Amino acid sequence: MKLKFEVGDEDFSLAGRASSELKGVLKRLGIGPDLVRRASIAMYEGEINMVIHAGGGVAEAEIEADRVVLTLIDAGPGIPDLSLAMTEGWSTAPDRFRELGFGAGMGLPNMRRNCDEFDIESEVGKGTSVRMVIRL
Amino acid sequence: MSAEDSPAPHSVLLDPEKCVGCTTCIKKCPTEAIRVRKGRASIIAERCIDCGECIRTCPHGAKRAVSDPLSMIEGYRVKVAVPAPTLYSQYDEGRSVNRVLSGLLELGFDEVFEVAEAAEIVTAATKALLAHDGTLPRPLISSACPAVVKLVQLRFPSLIPHLAPLIPPMEAAARIVKDRLHAGEDGVGVFFITPCAGKVTVTRAPLGYARSALDGVIGLRDIYLPLRAAIAAAPERVLAHAGRMGLEWARTEGECEAVGERRSISVDGIGNVIGVLEALENGSMKDLVYIEALACPAGCVGGPLTVENPYIAKTRLRNREESAPPQSAGPRRYESLGDLGWTEAVKARSALVLDPDMLKALVMMEEIEFRASGLPGLDCGSCGAPSCKALAEDIVRGTAIESDCVFKLRDRVRELAKELMALEEIRPPGLDR
Ligand SMILES: Nc1ncnc2c1ncn2[C@@H]1O[C@H](COP(=O)(O)OP(=O)(O)O)[C@@H](O)[C@H]1O
Ligand code: SF4
Ligand SMILES: [Mg+2]
Repeated sequence: MKLKFEVGDEDFSLAGRASSELKGVLKRLGIGPDLVRRASIAMYEGEINMVIHAGGGVAEAEIEADRVVLTLIDAGPGIPDLSLAMTEGWSTAPDRFRELGFGAGMGLPNMRRNCDEFDIESEVGKGTSVRMVIRL
Repeated sequence: MSAEDSPAPHSVLLDPEKCVGCTTCIKKCPTEAIRVRKGRASIIAERCIDCGECIRTCPHGAKRAVSDPLSMIEGYRVKVAVPAPTLYSQYDEGRSVNRVLSGLLELGFDEVFEVAEAAEIVTAATKALLAHDGTLPRPLISSACPAVVKLVQLRFPSLIPHLAPLIPPMEAAARIVKDRLHAGEDGVGVFFITPCAGKVTVTRAPLGYARSALDGVIGLRDIYLPLRAAIAAAPERVLAHAGRMGLEWARTEGECEAVGERRSISVDGIGNVIGVLEALENGSMKDLVYIEALACPAGCVGGPLTVENPYIAKTRLRNREESAPPQSAGPRRYESLGDLGWTEAVKARSALVLDPDMLKALVMMEEIEFRASGLPGLDCGSCGAPSCKALAEDIVRGTAIESDCVFKLRDRVRELAKELMALEEIRPPGLDR
């Protein structure tokens, strides 16, 4: 089954909704706690990145018998240097978000750590897409 | 008492005489455990976490907690009251803690032992866990509130390892009375005076330990008035020993202050607790060491079996804390109480799982999404479910039907009417001229 969420532009009140709804579904499916936790971290960090860095986007979760595929697609500014972006602690988050406790530069590394497959594609001026697979 | 005594996993009862089927409670329930059927609310027992939210919100007083009557103490030779510190917050400061406790003796108890005093010992055990136990994940979540423990079991099973594996203060108090003050004696009855529905249940079906040392649990609300009269009549005796460190457990921030951990947060109210646990599960609560989470507004002083407004009660308790010593005076008689740790595993509860077979559950989940998309999305509650989505789930689980939705019912009536009109047009060939 597929869940689809519009993630808004700098709208923190809705950030976390995709992750929270995904969790609700996974728990109803009886998916083990550790997998639920990993999926929710991956989804949450992805959502937050779209809010902070890309002005929103679309998050999707496809749940299959043996895996969960998370896709986050935005039409934001893109990432010039992916390997730098994947470095722990590296962040370009503006101050107004840092004041709220975001921008520790751990989001992308945590996303990668919590899934079994991680692909990120980005083009400056076009946008970023992330695909994550968690095997059940 | 042991788990076998009561098959009921929760303590909230519905008075069918008073319930008018108004659907106020179904929306407030944090686990969507209530449905209105045949004009009466009913609780899905496996989902109830005993938070008391429905008791608090029912405008008709139709929900109450099963607790024990005061008359129960008569069956014991030595009757010992162990009052929650919340009790002191229900009476104004003009009535000292000594007088409140003296009032309990006037009501028929032979002795009192303050739960607040036991809370000091639990404080020490919590500090020790935080200081030494490297095997437990951080932050630790306080397990003093049974509603929070059950919420974790039901909705946040990945956080079970974070629960501080310690018995709650009321249980420590009961053990002190039975194992230390009256070791080896028969006929000693220990009764908890409680602001909390959840604590009634955990005495019957404990979480983390096999058997409760308590013999009964008396709702604070039930003895509020008789105790007020007794306080006025009782000669004041020196019975209060507990210090600030134990008293403050009854209100928000108290546990964190007692434990003295700065990297901690205090959260109260079941909705706020859910928010914090969601954030913790998302990995966005780093650098925290301890979480004090209490289901009731302002903490136990806002428990569903209290009488006073939670915020007034909280202020009163604070005032009482100020005139108390930091800790109970004298040598700590109960230091050697022994291990306060859990002896039984606290396990995930599976009441939300659609089917044990994941593939079947997946098919059901798809059907729920499909059904939900066909419902109006108004969450009006007329169907007896808290939301359209919940009705969709009930339909797929087989406990409701689509025409429970008034809008769907109207659609069907309209279709039927059209069909009737169409039938009415038809003339039998013999009559058709
Ligand atoms: N969706 C995105 N669009 C544009 N830039 C992004 C996006 N996601 C991440 N980045 C860039 O990668 C950096 C690192 O991301 P992350 O590890 O999540 O840390 P943080 O979000 O705390 O800055 C961000 O500071 C930002 O420059
Ligand atoms: S906050 Fe206190 S009174 Fe309320 S449910 Fe938790 S333990 Fe019981
Ligand atoms: Mg990030």
